[in-house]
Amino acid sequence: MIPEIGHFSLILALLVAIVLGSFPIIGASRSNMVWMGLAKPLVRIQFLLIAFSFVCLAYAFAANDFSVVYVANNSNSTLPLEFRIAAVWGGHEGSLLLWALILSVWTVAVSLFSKHIPDDMRARILGVMGLISVGFLLFMLFASNPFERLLPAAIDGRDLNPLLQDPGMIFHPPMLYMGYVGFSVAFAFAIAALLGGQLDAAWARWSRPWTTLAWVFLTLGIMLGSNWAYYELGWGGWWFWDAVENASFLPWLVGTALIHSLAVTEKRGSFKAWTVLLAICAFSLSLLGTFLVRSGVITSVHAFASDPSRGVFILAFLVVVIGGSLALFAWRAPIMGRGGKFDVVSRESFLLANNVLLAVAALSVLLGTLYPLFLDALNFGKISVGPPYFDAVFAPLMAPALFLMGIGPIARWKDASLPELAMRLRWAFGISIATAIILPLILGNLTPMIGLGLFLAFWVFATSAEMVYQRLRKSEQPLIVRIKSNSRSWWGMVIAHLGIAVFTLGVTIVKGFESEIAVKMFPGDVAHLAGYDFTFDGVKNSQGPNYESSLGQVHVTKNGVLRTILEPEKRLYTVTNMPMSEAGISPHFIHDLYVSLGEPLEDGAWSIRIYYKPMVEWVWGGCLMMAFGGLLALSDRRYRLKKRAENMEKISTKEVSE
Amino acid sequence: MKRALIPLVIFLIVMGFLFKGLFLNPREVPSPLVGKPTPQFNLPRLDNPEKEFSPKEMLGKVWLFNVWASWCPACRDEHPILVELSETGFVPIVGMDYKDTRQEALQWLQNGGNPYTVTAVDADGRVGIDYGVYGVPETYVIDKAGVIAYKQIGPVTYESLRDKIIPLIKRLQAQ
Repeated sequence: MIPEIGHFSLILALLVAIVLGSFPIIGASRSNMVWMGLAKPLVRIQFLLIAFSFVCLAYAFAANDFSVVYVANNSNSTLPLEFRIAAVWGGHEGSLLLWALILSVWTVAVSLFSKHIPDDMRARILGVMGLISVGFLLFMLFASNPFERLLPAAIDGRDLNPLLQDPGMIFHPPMLYMGYVGFSVAFAFAIAALLGGQLDAAWARWSRPWTTLAWVFLTLGIMLGSNWAYYELGWGGWWFWDAVENASFLPWLVGTALIHSLAVTEKRGSFKAWTVLLAICAFSLSLLGTFLVRSGVITSVHAFASDPSRGVFILAFLVVVIGGSLALFAWRAPIMGRGGKFDVVSRESFLLANNVLLAVAALSVLLGTLYPLFLDALNFGKISVGPPYFDAVFAPLMAPALFLMGIGPIARWKDASLPELAMRLRWAFGISIATAIILPLILGNLTPMIGLGLFLAFWVFATSAEMVYQRLRKSEQPLIVRIKSNSRSWWGMVIAHLGIAVFTLGVTIVKGFESEIAVKMFPGDVAHLAGYDFTFDGVKNSQGPNYESSLGQVHVTKNGVLRTILEPEKRLYTVTNMPMSEAGISPHFIHDLYVSLGEPLEDGAWSIRIYYKPMVEWVWGGCLMMAFGGLLALSDRRYRLKKRAENMEKISTKEVSE
Repeated sequence: MKRALIPLVIFLIVMGFLFKGLFLNPREVPSPLVGKPTPQFNLPRLDNPEKEFSPKEMLGKVWLFNVWASWCPACRDEHPILVELSETGFVPIVGMDYKDTRQEALQWLQNGGNPYTVTAVDADGRVGIDYGVYGVPETYVIDKAGVIAYKQIGPVTYESLRDKIIPLIKRLQAQ
């Protein structure tokens, strides 16, 4: 009965979304206050209905109701409760329900925090989000119903994919979806602005915090996914340029460009058409990511569903949503003004250059992801595009972007002077060049890539330090006052940029100095790597809730002193008959020691892989800093003070009309 | 106006490819074994472990070589189709029971019917490696000279029989 109620609730949500997607938008064009006013209550009802439906599905999982196909396919009575709940989004249908739920959460949030937005604009924004919701609910109800019954009921479920039975997997998809779906807000703002023809800087200011928040979630989601791949796949890698990883990275790249472009549009009124286009692209790529993962067009470890009829539906949905908005863009973009003029050397130009580099990087990742499909569609045979392509294309695009990142925030708006910039940054440049050469020589491995990576990382560190020093040295007040006199959004920017530097440093060091060995070890054998001695103590077998476990123990010593004990595990999930490895990792600020169990060999010996990963934690630390920077920018007082915002609105509209 | 249309045009081209891509099978990897002689082996038979089976016995006939296991859910889908095919007597089907236990395999054939003229037992999966088995079920079409003509990854379906396998076997039988 409960699943039927959930299903019914979803049907009601669809009806509500249809009304939400039509009346307020039409009302806005006819200045019909009643129709526009429908948006707010509808948004709330929609949220309650979808949330209720979600709870019903979670209940079916918690209660082991294997008469529901989706539960029978993705759960098992031996699966621990926390994973049964996480299994709600462990498969295709439930992920969509999570998507729809998160969309309704964002929609409610927009309706709550949009008091300062004109009524017609708000009605259009909520209406556009309602239309997106219609698409997802239709798809769920007609092609991917999570509440479909299985008669007769299965005796037990087929179990959740063991790859997903991990704490990281509980949080990774919701975070990622918060990011994906969060770009729907920026998208809805852009579409509403195009529909209403109000392409002034105001919409940029309104959509800025939403875009930043979505970007923070996406950053954290990608970080969790990467971290999960690192300890769960057992290969010591943290990024594989896998199609599905790329699908999450594409909106991140475009979203990053969008954040910067929005800043220019808000402050200077420039790049308006470009910003609108980026907002459309960021969300389109989120939808495309969903399509790539869900349709089975491109397979990877992550693909749970393959079914052409579903794919055709998502594709049709993409054509309507993205095609429609790009057509709207083509129609409306020419009426957008040019915005403030700026010199070739100015903060605008640096930001524009960065934007273009990010967009090109996104395009090249998209090309690499879809290229095998293109060739296959044209009957040129099957190929796969792997990390060598992405490394070769990505690094040359990101290097100038990072270099400009050091200059941009220091340059003045409108027109900056190149000699003056050079003077200000000469020390930063010298220090980063010196470090990039001396540090690898000390560490004993200087290659062009290591040198370049270190130079860029230290360049961002040094330029940020210079910028902070210039801002703080001016007055005689105590330091804390001087720190507070700069806005939180400025500090957020500094921290996010430092996060990029930390990330780059981590990537460079781990790529340049990591080492690994694969050995066959008997209990008592010792392997040597990077100055550490790894002694294999043997493997203990035991029984987990739904798997058989082989827990190995390796103790690590350096010069005879015990450093750490690692416990790599190999699990065989009994229902799905899938082996999984849980790497034994000793995470550390300076380096990780990483051991993973391979296959059992004869006479109690095991094949074991040992990795030495210097500074790999910095990769995720950098991501955390970026996300923190974003949050700090969001807490800026200008988002809390309404009065001031209204004044700024007047100023910026004046600037635009100039 | 014209410049603003560029994103739409690019998007529509990408969509065209994605639409085409929906009807391609990304799992369909051309096997390097197609066109090569079948890897040779001698394996015990399921019905009688004393006796062995070798592909040499099938020389002169066009035959299907089907890798299956009782633990494989997808084999359950394809099994009745294979039984139906074997009842027509159109083509002999040789099974290879892959990484399985004898008892469960026999039970499986008893429950679902036995479409196989003979089943070889590859208990440790060694022969499977020679054949590049990376997912069960897999099915090979092998011609009279013992050369692999086609490899199907995943279950045999009515469509794949109608569109690929049966026409191919007819052609090979006519040779």
